[in-house]
Amino acid sequence: MSRPAGAIDPLEVAERVVERALRAGATACDAVVVEAESSSTTVRLGEVETVKLSRERRLGLRCFAGEASAVASTADFDAAAIDAFARQVVELARAVAPDPFSGLPDPALLAGDWPDLELYDPTGLEMPPEDRVARAKSCEAAALACDPRLVNSEGADFALGSAWVAYASSAGFAGQYRSTSYSLSVAPVANEGGAMQRDYWYDAARSLSRLADPETIGRTAAARTLRRLGARPVPTQQVPIVFDPQTAASLVGHLAGAVCGGALYRRASFLLGKLGDEIASPLFTVIDDGRMPRGLASRPFDAEGTATRRTVVVERGVLRSYLLDGYAARKLAMASTGSAARSVGDVPSASPTNFHLAAGEHSPERIVASVQRGLYVTGLSGFGVNSVTGDYSRGASGLWIENGELTHPVEEVTIAGNLLEMYRDVEMVGNDLLFRSSIVAPTLKIRQMTLAGR
Amino acid sequence: MTQTPPPQTFFFDRFGLDARALESTLGSALARRADFADLYFEFRTVQGMSLEEGSVKKTTHSVSQGVGVRVLAGDKTGYAYSDEVTVERLQVAAEHARQIASAPGASTSVDLRRNTAAQPHALYPVESAQIARPLPERVALLERVDREARAYDPRITNVMASFAIEEKIVLIANSAGELIADRQPLLRLQVACIAEDGGKRHSASAGGGGRVAFDFLVDDEERALKFAREAARQAIVAFDAVDTPAGQMTVVLGPGWPGVLLHEAVGHGLEGDFNRKGTSAFAKLMGERVASELCTVVDDGTIPSRRGSLNVDDEGVPTRRNVLIEKGRLTGYLQDRLNARLMGVEPTGNGRRESFMHYPMPRMTNTFMLAGEDDPEDIIRSVDRGLYAVSFGGGQVDITNGKFVFSASEAYLIEGGRIGAPVKDATLIGNGPDVLTRISRVGGDLKLDEGIGVCGKDGQSVPVGVGLPTIRIDGLTVGGTRA
Repeated sequence: MSRPAGAIDPLEVAERVVERALRAGATACDAVVVEAESSSTTVRLGEVETVKLSRERRLGLRCFAGEASAVASTADFDAAAIDAFARQVVELARAVAPDPFSGLPDPALLAGDWPDLELYDPTGLEMPPEDRVARAKSCEAAALACDPRLVNSEGADFALGSAWVAYASSAGFAGQYRSTSYSLSVAPVANEGGAMQRDYWYDAARSLSRLADPETIGRTAAARTLRRLGARPVPTQQVPIVFDPQTAASLVGHLAGAVCGGALYRRASFLLGKLGDEIASPLFTVIDDGRMPRGLASRPFDAEGTATRRTVVVERGVLRSYLLDGYAARKLAMASTGSAARSVGDVPSASPTNFHLAAGEHSPERIVASVQRGLYVTGLSGFGVNSVTGDYSRGASGLWIENGELTHPVEEVTIAGNLLEMYRDVEMVGNDLLFRSSIVAPTLKIRQMTLAGR
Repeated sequence: MTQTPPPQTFFFDRFGLDARALESTLGSALARRADFADLYFEFRTVQGMSLEEGSVKKTTHSVSQGVGVRVLAGDKTGYAYSDEVTVERLQVAAEHARQIASAPGASTSVDLRRNTAAQPHALYPVESAQIARPLPERVALLERVDREARAYDPRITNVMASFAIEEKIVLIANSAGELIADRQPLLRLQVACIAEDGGKRHSASAGGGGRVAFDFLVDDEERALKFAREAARQAIVAFDAVDTPAGQMTVVLGPGWPGVLLHEAVGHGLEGDFNRKGTSAFAKLMGERVASELCTVVDDGTIPSRRGSLNVDDEGVPTRRNVLIEKGRLTGYLQDRLNARLMGVEPTGNGRRESFMHYPMPRMTNTFMLAGEDDPEDIIRSVDRGLYAVSFGGGQVDITNGKFVFSASEAYLIEGGRIGAPVKDATLIGNGPDVLTRISRVGGDLKLDEGIGVCGKDGQSVPVGVGLPTIRIDGLTVGGTRA
């Protein structure tokens, strides 16, 4: 996992590309260079199943010809190839219509100095292959040892990787950062009387030392899988719904989609025109934090060099801020929130970073205990969310709540409502917030939704 | 626009490689005791262009290239890839990939005899010049799409239309001595409309394409404009939508894209990997009845010009027509080389991967149900109270417990045998191994989708097709809000 000798620095490549593009006739431009290496080791039923190693190096260039722009990407870093590439992008830009909102971001918002976000911890990158296998094996073994009904497995996967991101623009910004990631997951399969169930658990972190131990991950996966055995549908009815942290995060994710710039200037968001309005229960506070130390989506600057920051999106139910990149900000006559993200070959667009629902005061047990009859949701499936109207209808699985206690598992039902009503109907928020992925939430209780079943 | 050279020559010229370099890499990959090794070279260009607010503001051009080296030993897979294609990187990748094979093996030499045998299929004989037209022509088409959608109804307030013109050149070399190349064009046009009326907003999208020339969009059928009108129509229909009923009811699916039912309910569950490992709800059902006698379901990678079609799969195996369910009985799984070998059957031409960064898995191509004999209108008339669903968004399945969902984006109530009011978007949920047993009527109107499908599995996306005649399902749970 080291750089090949003689390889050039990604930031040097980015700066050189910017210079070549200006020489090719671009009136302004910016370039992103990403170098990444990763490895994943999958073990299934105690044996290595796959080992995968990867190495990527890509360059993305955006060129402006006045108010028109184009973006292209390449993996060919040869100097002559880069010259030809830059000329081609400029030519592409000249073929499209001018857009008065296009351009590089406001220079005043560019990142200056930034604190160490603790995103890079190479201790662990050099872990020998046999240790990677051992880690995945012990995770799966811990899961399967929990119960004789755990008879099969989709395997345990241990992955680690590093990335080096560099960005330079003709506005004079040049910056780079490195990051590492480590993750471990397992998906055991249980069988009881011929009926099978599968679930999974995982952890992910910037440092190996902060990754949950394999046994804990394995045991959690086992418990999640076993509790699904014997699941059945329940009759169609309207009931309170408790979302576990995993599924509650998806509700927060739908909110993230609706507050991002693109959905707003395209008028394709159910939160359009609602800035300053009460869109949710007063228990609902949502924060996007691009500079959370060790955050899985943290970065010192966004994909246009703008400084990232902590943005309160919803404050006690009131919609306070959208998430904007430079373009969306100009379209909406607002300021960028440093939310630009881009895959190297694409136009930057606003996207959440560490986006989370702030923890509330109730333990998850207390939330479940507050429900007379209802559904505790641990799994959701499908794409039945309309981001323009907020209409919501998804497949659900979980556990039935009767008199405040979890009873039998439930599957093959749907839950439906409208996101705006659901956010307003939040009655309790849990104290169990953990940053295991970039969009997270604690346990959440919604007053009532329509459950469709038998 | 220049003529593309034959794929094999293309890679050898571009990267300064020759057959001997490939043979030596494969030999190195097999330096420990392994069953199989292959190299997958890929060069892919995607030209994107998008229009919104009446003008084309975005163009993208992405070039990716690289090679993946795979080693199979027993049921183990070693995989390494690099986007730098040099003899040196190939060796490094081969050394990494062979890590999974622990036992030392005899040195193996691979002879890539120039296999000059003709390709088994020529399903998309489209030259580069026919797929990528000059920029001004592309801009003009998107502008026509915009005008067509807006002309449909004054309530259409924004149109987003985009192209993706993709060309993928692949070269596969394996330890069995095969050297196989293919050039895979792929065109897609997508149109999304936003409609607004008195503070209410709706959106809808439509589109299509395939492994076709640009003409597909602009020939006499003017498909591009048809997709524009279709997106506009669906967005306008939504203004009249009433709350969807909740609970189990009779559901009639219209022809074409609603075939996503088959993709989710049975297709994934019949992929060889899940069945070899015994993690699919269909794992022990081969030869058993899993659908009503009216149902015959096939996966066919050989339909000319289709989005899900391939001359050879991503392991170089010719695609074919595989019957998955015949008159209600389970008859076939979808296989790649690894799972076919471990299950003692032939590969079925379903080994697919997203790119050189991924190893292949058993995947669907174009999955559909054969036509039956019923008149589609009779099928609707046969339902007293139910739902008629004609357009869908995506779907998903848990292959282990068999539960699948798919989300209707255009559906209507059926009342007294007649189509009634449109309803709001709703998810339908069922159980894969038994939903097809509830099919009581199959129409004679089989239709394949327009060519926009993307299938995801283990983080890998591949283009696919689906198809269905009108069918009646006696009892499926509809996830509405009206209890």
